[in-house]
Amino acid sequence: MSELFDCRDAFVATLEELAEQDPRIVAVVNDSIGSSKLTGFRRRWPERLINVGIAEQTLVGVGAGLANAGHKPFVCAASCFLTGRALEQIKADIVYSQAQVVLCGISSGVAYGELGPTHHSIEDLAWTRVLPGLEIIVPADPVETAAAVRYAYAAEGPVFLRLSRIGVPRLLDERYRYEPGRAQVLRDGADLTLIACGVLVHRALEAAERLSDLGLEARVLNLASIAPLDRREIVRAAQQTGAILTLEEHSVRGGMGSAVAEAVVAEAPCRMKLMGFEDFAPTGEANFLLDHVGMSVDGIVDAAQRLVGEPLVAK
Amino acid sequence: MPLPSRLTTEDIPDLCQKMRGTLLTTIVNARMGHVGGDLSVIDILGTLYFGVLRVDPTDPHAESRDRFVLSKGHCSVALYTTLAYAGFLPIEELASFAAPLSRLNGHPCNRKLPGVETSTGPLGHGLPVATGIAIGGKLSGADWRVFVVVGDGELQEGSNWEAMMSAAHQRLDNLTLIVDRNQLQQGDRTSAVTSMEPLAERFAAFGWETHEVDGHDHAALESLLSSPNTSGRPRCLIAATVKGQGVSFIRDRVEWHHKVPSREQLATALAELEVAS
Ligand SMILES: Cc1ncc(C[n+]2csc(CCOP(=O)(O)OP(=O)(O)O)c2C)c(N)n1
Repeated sequence: MSELFDCRDAFVATLEELAEQDPRIVAVVNDSIGSSKLTGFRRRWPERLINVGIAEQTLVGVGAGLANAGHKPFVCAASCFLTGRALEQIKADIVYSQAQVVLCGISSGVAYGELGPTHHSIEDLAWTRVLPGLEIIVPADPVETAAAVRYAYAAEGPVFLRLSRIGVPRLLDERYRYEPGRAQVLRDGADLTLIACGVLVHRALEAAERLSDLGLEARVLNLASIAPLDRREIVRAAQQTGAILTLEEHSVRGGMGSAVAEAVVAEAPCRMKLMGFEDFAPTGEANFLLDHVGMSVDGIVDAAQRLVGEPLVAK
Repeated sequence: MPLPSRLTTEDIPDLCQKMRGTLLTTIVNARMGHVGGDLSVIDILGTLYFGVLRVDPTDPHAESRDRFVLSKGHCSVALYTTLAYAGFLPIEELASFAAPLSRLNGHPCNRKLPGVETSTGPLGHGLPVATGIAIGGKLSGADWRVFVVVGDGELQEGSNWEAMMSAAHQRLDNLTLIVDRNQLQQGDRTSAVTSMEPLAERFAAFGWETHEVDGHDHAALESLLSSPNTSGRPRCLIAATVKGQGVSFIRDRVEWHHKVPSREQLATALAELEVAS
């Protein structure tokens, strides 16, 4: 088994590197210094770490205010509270007002495992994806996390970085640069396409290897850029492979799979299956939950085989 | 309504001490939980369930029951332990806390466990919901009461202050809020993050009947919580507590918000609790 990384480490290492160069960078937190791994940042720049207390609406509002005053705020909180509690602040103060704020949703998806559905953030893509002018990035590994932090820092408008803490292997090369609106083809294939983001990408790659042994060549796309969306690459996958299976640590309604489906249905209808969470998750650890809803490598292989075998229009 | 779980005032301290041992063991077995806050709130929960609340584990949804909401839902193990001792679930079931598919989720869920009034976990939800329950009780002329426990760090959520104004405006003297005032939150002392003093004066200024009480003094808690309120104002108890109360090396230390004791530390803690009881 390859080494597993907690992507929060790459997140804070990159943030500190940038903060060394740019004194405008500030971190804004809601009693979430430890969970955002910002104790080092606080030690180095105590005055640049603003803890508003357990108050997410104020957290996001303060972020918008700091941007107005010429700072570069990274607003860091558990993704569930950041996006759920402060959604209207995100909409009005950040996105509609185009405040240059980086919203860092920590421990998104089901990373909080046993803490349960109140702490899971499997709705955050649906909630944020509808806001025009908000870029959304779901990095798959530590390299992509670091690249996304650098990109978000320099971006012109607001960015939502959806970060995880679930251990993932390193998938990308150190030279990797994040490009908004570009899906990355990690593996080519003509029989179907697996489109994944975040912690599901390495599972998709493993499933593709297994499918290959079974005689099916799967293309694998890493869709870290949820907004803007690479419609061209998605449509190409639909046309060239005829079947798309999406994998995300999110509700099957309104997330990455839905974004893909919107592009597919408009431009190149093909067989599709969206995998993710259908319901509030039961009690369990993060990887257990991903397996439980069918996204184990076996589960993905199975779903892929069935998808390819299905007629385009079910009778 | 029958009160199978009510104890005499003398028995409650011993029971709470025993529950401390149970909750620590549960957390160590599950390798997760919020020890500090659990130990700080357990005397409040024990007093409520064994001395104050009119609830019946054999009929957990009885219309005439008193309602209790644990707004600081991260202290689920303290609640589960209390509910178990009160007969809402088998004490042995606590061993399944946080296990795959268990109904004892990391935060309490009313859809899974009878006795839990509303699912909590995100801070700042309990008081608004309890306010709604209290308005409902008033509307139907009911004589049952509503109790809600919040953390002091939790009071930084603005929703609490919105509900405080509303509850006072609605003259909800059927509502009692208990603030678990242990002076610590997740990452720091509460006073280092957002100062809230003078807290009692703030509540009073918001129109609440306000009391300050030792949150580990069962008799004092019981007498305030049981006394009828006809003031026309919602009641607030600011309960001075110590996070980690009962275990010397956990007590009043910020790092024990959700750190899990080792087996050796558990043994030490259980021995300390044994001696103290
Ligand atoms: C809306 C929301 N934001 C953040 C958290 C994360 N969190 C869990 S417990 C906690 C600290 C709570 O402190 P306090 O209310 O004082 O509780 P206690 O110290 O008694 O455990 C925080 C920030 C949360 N559960 N909900």
